[in-house]
Amino acid sequence: MKKFSTALMTKYRTLTILVLILIIATFLSDAFLTIDNILNVIRQVSIVAVIAAGMSFVILTGGIDLSVGSIVAISGALSASALIKSNSVFLAIFIAVIVGIAFGLFNGLFITKGGIPPFIVTLATMVLARGCVLVFTNGGPIAVKSNAYKFIGKGYIFGMPFPIIILIIVFAASFLVLKYTKFGRSVFSIGGNREASRLSGINVKKTETIVYTISGLLCGITGVILTSRLGSAQPTAGTGYELDAIAAVILGGTSLAGGQGSVLPTVLGALILGVLDNILTLMNVNPFAADIVKGIVILLAVLADSKFKSLSSKMESNQ
Amino acid sequence: MKENEVILRLENIVKVFPGVIALDNISLEIRKGEIHAICGENGAGKSTLMKIITGAYTCTSGKIYFQDKEVKFSSTKQSEELGISMIYQEFNLIPHLTVGENIFLGRQPVNKMGFVDWNKLYSDAKVLLSRVGLNIDPKKLIKDISVAETQMVEIAKCLSVNSKVIIMDEPTAALSDEEIKKFFSIIKKLTEEDISIIYITHRLEEIFELTDRVTVFRDGKFIKEMKTSTTNHDELVSLMVGKNITHLYPKRDYQKKDVVFQVKKINNSQVKNADFELYRGEILGIYGLLGSGNISLSKSIYGFYEALQGEIYLEGNKVNINKPSEAIKNGISLVSDDRKNEGLILIRNIRENISLASLGELEKNKVLDLNKEKKMVYEEVEKLNIKLSSIEQIVGNLSGGNQQKVVFAKILETKPKILILDEPTRGVDVGAKAEIYQIMDQLTQKDISIILVSTDLPELIGMSDRVLVMREGAIVKELNKEQATQKAVLSYAVGGINNEEI
Repeated sequence: MKKFSTALMTKYRTLTILVLILIIATFLSDAFLTIDNILNVIRQVSIVAVIAAGMSFVILTGGIDLSVGSIVAISGALSASALIKSNSVFLAIFIAVIVGIAFGLFNGLFITKGGIPPFIVTLATMVLARGCVLVFTNGGPIAVKSNAYKFIGKGYIFGMPFPIIILIIVFAASFLVLKYTKFGRSVFSIGGNREASRLSGINVKKTETIVYTISGLLCGITGVILTSRLGSAQPTAGTGYELDAIAAVILGGTSLAGGQGSVLPTVLGALILGVLDNILTLMNVNPFAADIVKGIVILLAVLADSKFKSLSSKMESNQ
Repeated sequence: MKENEVILRLENIVKVFPGVIALDNISLEIRKGEIHAICGENGAGKSTLMKIITGAYTCTSGKIYFQDKEVKFSSTKQSEELGISMIYQEFNLIPHLTVGENIFLGRQPVNKMGFVDWNKLYSDAKVLLSRVGLNIDPKKLIKDISVAETQMVEIAKCLSVNSKVIIMDEPTAALSDEEIKKFFSIIKKLTEEDISIIYITHRLEEIFELTDRVTVFRDGKFIKEMKTSTTNHDELVSLMVGKNITHLYPKRDYQKKDVVFQVKKINNSQVKNADFELYRGEILGIYGLLGSGNISLSKSIYGFYEALQGEIYLEGNKVNINKPSEAIKNGISLVSDDRKNEGLILIRNIRENISLASLGELEKNKVLDLNKEKKMVYEEVEKLNIKLSSIEQIVGNLSGGNQQKVVFAKILETKPKILILDEPTRGVDVGAKAEIYQIMDQLTQKDISIILVSTDLPELIGMSDRVLVMREGAIVKELNKEQATQKAVLSYAVGGINNEEI
């Protein structure tokens, strides 16, 4: 029993926090625990969660990517425009993915070849990409009409919303890559000790470039999901997503210093944020005040997390 | 030295951590103005005991008397106020503050207005620095002074709080021989002011050169206390290890084979035109004082500086080595002198650290074979006798000797033909040292060639088949096994001998 409770607090700490919040939410509102509402929450969460998967890679190497929200917007806008001009859903998706990869690669090359800290490079890209969207859209939305395109964000397969299927695929792939590939190992080792990794023959620059490219790619995919869900590409789409994604990663127990953590709990972190949003809406809390509650819960969750962590490291050293 | 006046006395100290007795009924007496060596292998309980003396830990049972009064410390601040200071292995000075600011950190003198009195701070600092024989401007930044000087600043800091007992943990680890000499003379001067020194070191030679008495610990138990002059090297080692290590260095009988590796005109900011050859199965020692370029040369060959100036020939063929991954591919591996920053991923586990440099070997269609990894790790753990509770243990929690063995395991898995070892036994206890020397000997019997860069002279001479001496970035002398005595090596390194005959 004791073993079970310590496991809950250490290995599965993010899950424990999520379950606690779920229980509280169930008591607070009758409308919360229904299949429709839960699927709705997960579908909403999937947007930030897919970005957060990429952010997990970035943060595990000890980096940060602030440009994700803007990349979502630019790939969404270009995707919508391509759809209107060509009427090809395939091309629209392809363009979004390519744009995401291009911006991610741009980040990666500036960081590795230019030797500029990730914070600065991605901050610049965040502003730059947002500028691109505003210029391209002239500040207005681009509406999409294709039903096939809208399926990506709104459709169901076997009763499961399509974005949730994308979410599952992205996280499964991320988990497998981190655990079973040399690249995944390199991500952890670079975050743990960059110099020791380089001396062990790890190609640090290449790995880091790929990591930012993956983040960009997932932003491109998110751009498609978001545009398709809203039925239009908005110039302000994705604003603030970088903070939600970072919060999800940290709630998932990944260390901001890099080298420690994993990707699966990130989805739980995103769910914590989503459930909070949902329950506050269901309770008709003033949306401005909702942000205050969200901020406080994030602080408490991370505080609890660091307590659990020091507990588990104590147990480790006492072995 | 006042023979019998005891300043610090520990009685029956016991420290229990969950599941392990770290200190088992330890008693210790430190006399006024003496230099008292504490020795023992890693894990013998030295650092736990020091933490109890400084108040970083509280003991489970036992008593501490300071100047005949029983004391109980619950923080290092309390012990410092009474006059017990500790200088740690890793320096605790702040690089971007001045020497003076560091000395008085947290205790800056203030004027009536409550502002820092800078004039007093720097003039007091100057006085303290001169007491430790350091003639530098206290307004210099810590990052701009040498390692040896920072060590002196640490001592000055202890003097500023009127320390009566100063604990030093491996204080000479980063100093050159020249600097060590100066350091010792200053420590001896301190004892004339009735300051007592507790001196922890793995370098046994220093114990004989410096200390008055020595206490040996093993496995958390007190073994023996004696006058340093009444014991000798072999006795100390056998007391520490608990068995006789008769041959710390394996007996080597190397017969010269063919040239396997050759470098020509290696240049970088610290190395000038270095040429040398390495024979198959040989241990080639490279010696030089701090800043002689010895470490820099070895790292150059490994592609550490990303662009190599010079030529490298492997089995007669020219190879390009511009980064570590290319060195590894060509069968050249390196054990860094800086284990924490360059050798290990301290926050990850043993398994991942050992396989890190050979992940390519574990790939099958781009997927890592985790079973093969485990098998490989277990083999290395057994071969190198790494003591662990699980291969999933975090490397940062291992002792120095075991950490170094993990580095060796990682490097050996790259199947090197040429092995570069930079200070391979730094911060490693005697038992693990002997094991590392055995491993080196076994490797050379498999025709692996080793370049050993070490400032530990007995080790360098005990292990090397041939020695190159470096000074100011250049290789100034080659000595064969018979010629390579401590005296000869050292005098070429400091430039005492005319080297025209080279």
